[in-house]
Order: sequence, then C-alpha cells, then structure tokens
Amino acid sequence: MSKPLVRPKRKNPLQRTRLPLLPHGQRSRTAHGLTLAAAQGRFALQVCDDCSKTIYPPRDACPYCLGAHLPFKDVVPDGRLIAETTVRISTDPYFRERTPWRVGTVQLDAGPLVIAHLHGDTVEGERVRLSLKIDKSGAAVMVALPAVETADMQADPILREMTCDPQFRRVLITDGRTAVGQAMAKAFCEAGASIVFVGIANAWKPYPGMQTLAGLDQVEIVPLDLTDSQSVTDLAGQNGGRIDIIVNTAEHVRAGGIIGRDGISEARDAMDMRYFGLMRLAQAFGPALRFRGADGQSSATAFVNLLSVHALMNWPAFGAHCAAEAACLSAAQCLRAELRPGGVKVLNAFFGPLETEWFQTVPPPKLAPSALAKAVVNALKQGLEDVFVGDIAQDIRERLAANPKALERELGEG
Amino acid sequence: MSAPDLLAFAHAVASGAVRVIDLTQTLSPDFPTIALPPEFGQCAPFRLEEVSRYDARGPAWYWNNFTVGEHTGTHFDAPIHWVSGKDLPDNAVDTIPPHNFIAPAVVIDCSAQSAKDADFTLQVADLLAWEADHGRIPAGNWVLLRTDWSKKSYADFAGLRDDGAHTPGPAPEAVRWLVEERDVLGFGTETIGTDAGQAHHFNPPYPAHFYMHGKGRFGLQCLTNLDQLPPTGVVIVAAPLKIRQGSGSPLRVLALVGATETGR
Repeated sequence: MSKPLVRPKRKNPLQRTRLPLLPHGQRSRTAHGLTLAAAQGRFALQVCDDCSKTIYPPRDACPYCLGAHLPFKDVVPDGRLIAETTVRISTDPYFRERTPWRVGTVQLDAGPLVIAHLHGDTVEGERVRLSLKIDKSGAAVMVALPAVETADMQADPILREMTCDPQFRRVLITDGRTAVGQAMAKAFCEAGASIVFVGIANAWKPYPGMQTLAGLDQVEIVPLDLTDSQSVTDLAGQNGGRIDIIVNTAEHVRAGGIIGRDGISEARDAMDMRYFGLMRLAQAFGPALRFRGADGQSSATAFVNLLSVHALMNWPAFGAHCAAEAACLSAAQCLRAELRPGGVKVLNAFFGPLETEWFQTVPPPKLAPSALAKAVVNALKQGLEDVFVGDIAQDIRERLAANPKALERELGEG
Repeated sequence: MSAPDLLAFAHAVASGAVRVIDLTQTLSPDFPTIALPPEFGQCAPFRLEEVSRYDARGPAWYWNNFTVGEHTGTHFDAPIHWVSGKDLPDNAVDTIPPHNFIAPAVVIDCSAQSAKDADFTLQVADLLAWEADHGRIPAGNWVLLRTDWSKKSYADFAGLRDDGAHTPGPAPEAVRWLVEERDVLGFGTETIGTDAGQAHHFNPPYPAHFYMHGKGRFGLQCLTNLDQLPPTGVVIVAAPLKIRQGSGSPLRVLALVGATETGR
C-alpha cells in the first residue's frame, strides 16, 4: 500500500539544489497521438480502420493487415499485469537518480501488450488500469495503476513524478479579488497546499470576500499587480524561490467586439492585464520554477493558465476579450516549451462563460468558479496539459475539431 | 511701475530667503487613482518600464518609458476636462495662457474638521470665517484646501466604502461663491480629486469641476505639504505638460514662500 505523503522536512540550505534531468522524450509524429490523449487525460490507442485491431506501440502501418489508416481512438484501459521487474541500476542520468523503478508488461483487454511504469500498489498477476501520463520530458508514457483505487495512491513516487499534485506544495494565486481567484484559493487549501500566496493589487481598494479569503488557514495575502512590472519583480524577488505552482487568475472580461468599440483603451487594459501580465509573471517567476523542477518531493511543478475557450475561436460578442485570450494561449504554448527543460508543466484550462458579474447578461449554461477551481486541482493531480471545463468548453472543442469554419460562422451569428 | 528685479528674486531662492516647497506626490505605480465604476473607461495608473539599465539593451545608459493618465498623481485639471468648460476658448493644457501657471494662493486650513468627518464639506461660512482672520481672498488666487489627507494611508486616502469614496471637498455654494464673488484662479486639494468623495450626490454633481471649469478656472489635486504653507503670501508654480488638447496633466507643483512666513 502507498504510504501517505508526509510534509517534507525543511530543506538543508547547505545542500546543493539538484538540477532537473529529463527522461528521453523524443517521439515520432504518429506517436504524438498518445501525447494528445495524455495531455487531456484520455486513454487512446490506434485502432485499424481496416481490420479493427487495436495497436501498440504506434505504427504507420497495421502489423496485422498492413492497413494505413490507424486513427487514435479511446480504448478501455483495463488489463492484467503479467510480468514485472525492478530496475536497480541504470545508465540513464534521469533514471539512475530514481531507482529502484518498477516496470512491467500489461496484457490489455483490448489486445496489445504494453510495457508500463508500475504504480507501487500494482501486483503481478492482478488486474490493472493503464493511464497515459505526460512525463517530465513532455512525452506520453504508460503507467499501470491498481484496478481499484487504493488509499493514498496519489502519494506513489512514480505518480508524483508524472503529476503536479498540490499537496504540500506552495501555490501562488495571482489575483484574489475575483470570484475565480477566491474559489481557487479555497480549492488549493483543500487540496493540501502548504502555503497559498494570494496576490492583491491596489490593497487600498476594498473587495468582496476579503475577510473570508484572509481567514483561510494556508492563505497568505501578498501585494501583486500584474499590470505593474515592478510589483511582479518585487514579489518574485521575495517569494519566487519557494513557489511550486502558479495559477494565473487575472481576468479582464468586457463585452463588445472590434469595430463596435470607441478606441483601444479597454482593449489595451485587457492586453496589459492578460498578455503582458502573463509575460511579466513568466519572466519574473519562470527561471526559478524551471531551476527548481527537481527540488525534492515538493519541487516546482506547474504554471496554470485560465483561458476562455474562445481563445481557440473568436466569439464576436466578446470579440476583443477573445483576442487577448488568444494572445495568452499563444504565449502559453511558448512558455510550455520554455519550462519543459525544468520538467515544469503548463496547464491550460479552457472554459466558457463563467457565473460571474461580467457574464451577467449571458444565458446559462455558465460555469461556477468553484467548479473551475475543482477541475484545475483535478487536472494538476492527473498531470494534464489541457483541460476543457464545462459544457460550453467541451462543445466548442468538438465543433472546432469537426469543422472550424462552421464554428466561426455560428459564433458570428450570435 | 518699475520692472521687478528678477535677479534679486533668483538670489532670494538660491539663498533660501524664498523657500521652495514641493507640493507634489511622487509618481509611483501604487499611488491611488480615482476609481470609477468598472464599466467606465479608467484613468491609467503610473507605470514604468525599463528600456535599458547599463546592459545589453543599452550598455552605458539607464532610461525608462512610462505610461500615465492625464489625471494620475498630483495633477492639473484644465477647463476642457469638464463638460461645462468644453466650449470655452483656450481651455486645454496646451492653449491656456502660461501666465496662469504662476499665481498667488491662499490656504484654507480645514484639517481639524476633516479629521473629525471624512465627509466634511467646505461651506461659504468657512470661507467668510477665514476672511475674517486673513482678509478678503484676492482675485486671481489659487484657493488650496488643506485637509492633511496627504498624510493618510492609501486605504484611508482613497476612503472607499461600499457606498463610494468618503473624502472632504467643497459644497456647491462655496465653489460658486469662490468663482463668482472672489474670481479665483482655481481650486486645489490634497485629495484624489477637487471634489468631495460623495460629490456625485451633490447638486450639481462634482461642483468643483462644474463651476470652476465652467468659468474657465483650474484644478489641482493630490497635493501634499500644504501644512507647510502660510494662509497667505504663497506663490504657486504649476505648469502642466503641453499636451495637444490635453484635459490635464501630472505636474510638479512648487510653492514659493517668503522665509519669514511659516506654516503654523
């Protein structure tokens, strides 16, 4: 059985901080079908269009019928662990620091044999459930989990390595004035974060929820204004070296499109808060995050972006807002590549209209801030890179995949 | 009338016989700006972005770009700022005749009343009482309202509660009286604006803006160090940036005081 995580001892300041190492992460273009599924927490393998066989590892031709049409499809991840071994010595720089490391062969019910990393609670000969995870290098890997959830299974070192569990980690919520920021603070406290730093800009301006927020046990209010470079640098100077997860909750939502607006003041404010704010955060905190990617059990692990799903396709009713969100999405893709050498993940959480003041006139379904916060914590626990939260976000993703042009027209019709 | 001896004046400044008192708040990112309902356009706070600091971006020099609203920090309000002054001639910071930027001032000390009541409003009676002690307010003077508001924490300075800001300012009748009966040059305050925090409930709303700018007069706000000024005998140097059709501008406000005059 997994042992529950214990709060890590304070670090010995006389010891050198170990630098991040990565397992080999190169994959073929075809194999990135697995990366896509892993990033979203799905389990997908190639299924031959011609002979319907499920195939693993990824190939460009079906080994049974030589068919060339091998789309990735969601597959039942259940199977049996038929053999296991423990690697005690490795020449690979990443793994030699992490031995002993269990690997095994899983016979999937869907057909293929899969070599997988083994969760500590899996037993040879027993049923297991495979999960596709993104490892430190950003590549998709197979992890065999016990078929039935076990107590404290999240504490397993292999799983901890592949995921971004907030437990015993120190989190920065960048804006605590918003309903989302406050829901996030609460969710991360409940998820067992050691400290939840919550940024407040313009402390001279009161805000609803101030007392409740400050009353949360792990919460520490810090001055932070993402529109002010100096403020971001100051906080990074003070706390940058002890923040493991950043959740950027800064928002700037205004209705209105492009030509229907007078001037660019509001759009500029949106870009300043969202795009430049993200850039200021990343520049000030990114280097320390990347440096601390292997800093023990509670290493730096994730940078979370909250993005309107309309970053993917503009919704003209909130057109200028969507453009700023699209800029943030693009920056997040860059940030992902830049943080990968440290094994630090970028999680993008996409969502539709929220149950908040700025979407007051938008009809339901709207996403509650608490639901968004819960989904983000869950996604971190699973180690995802992309999560689509709520019906609207799911719907937009599906329509975008099916026919982007149709989606563009439909959103433009109101 | 013989020409004034400007060199003697310059020597008096250099020797300290004329004291120069800085009435300006430092432009910094965290200084409060006026808070309008969020659906309105907002006044940009002061922001500084480094261009280079003896580094790869510019090896031998340090400089910044800054952004700021016309009404951020210690700033000047031109008549064009308010709808009541929109059609006046020479009503913007670039067209106001520059002699207006050097002018005498009287200082009305209401710090005691303001300490007791954040919503203190300056009445005509207060002005008459001041005149009883110091003489009639001369035409062409700045009238500066001392409240010691500049000494407060930012939260108390902004004075924001769930029914809006609570900061002292002038009553409509008092502003009108200053303009029509005393022909003053403008009105200056330590608070975030020339009007009281609750002045949107006055009739007319924002009377310092409405009457002063409606008659082509000026405003100064976010002043500091007014406690160092005597009630009379002060000269204010307050020249806004020459922004084309600008409604106002952050500026350095200096007070010149004869060395024998003291604040208290």
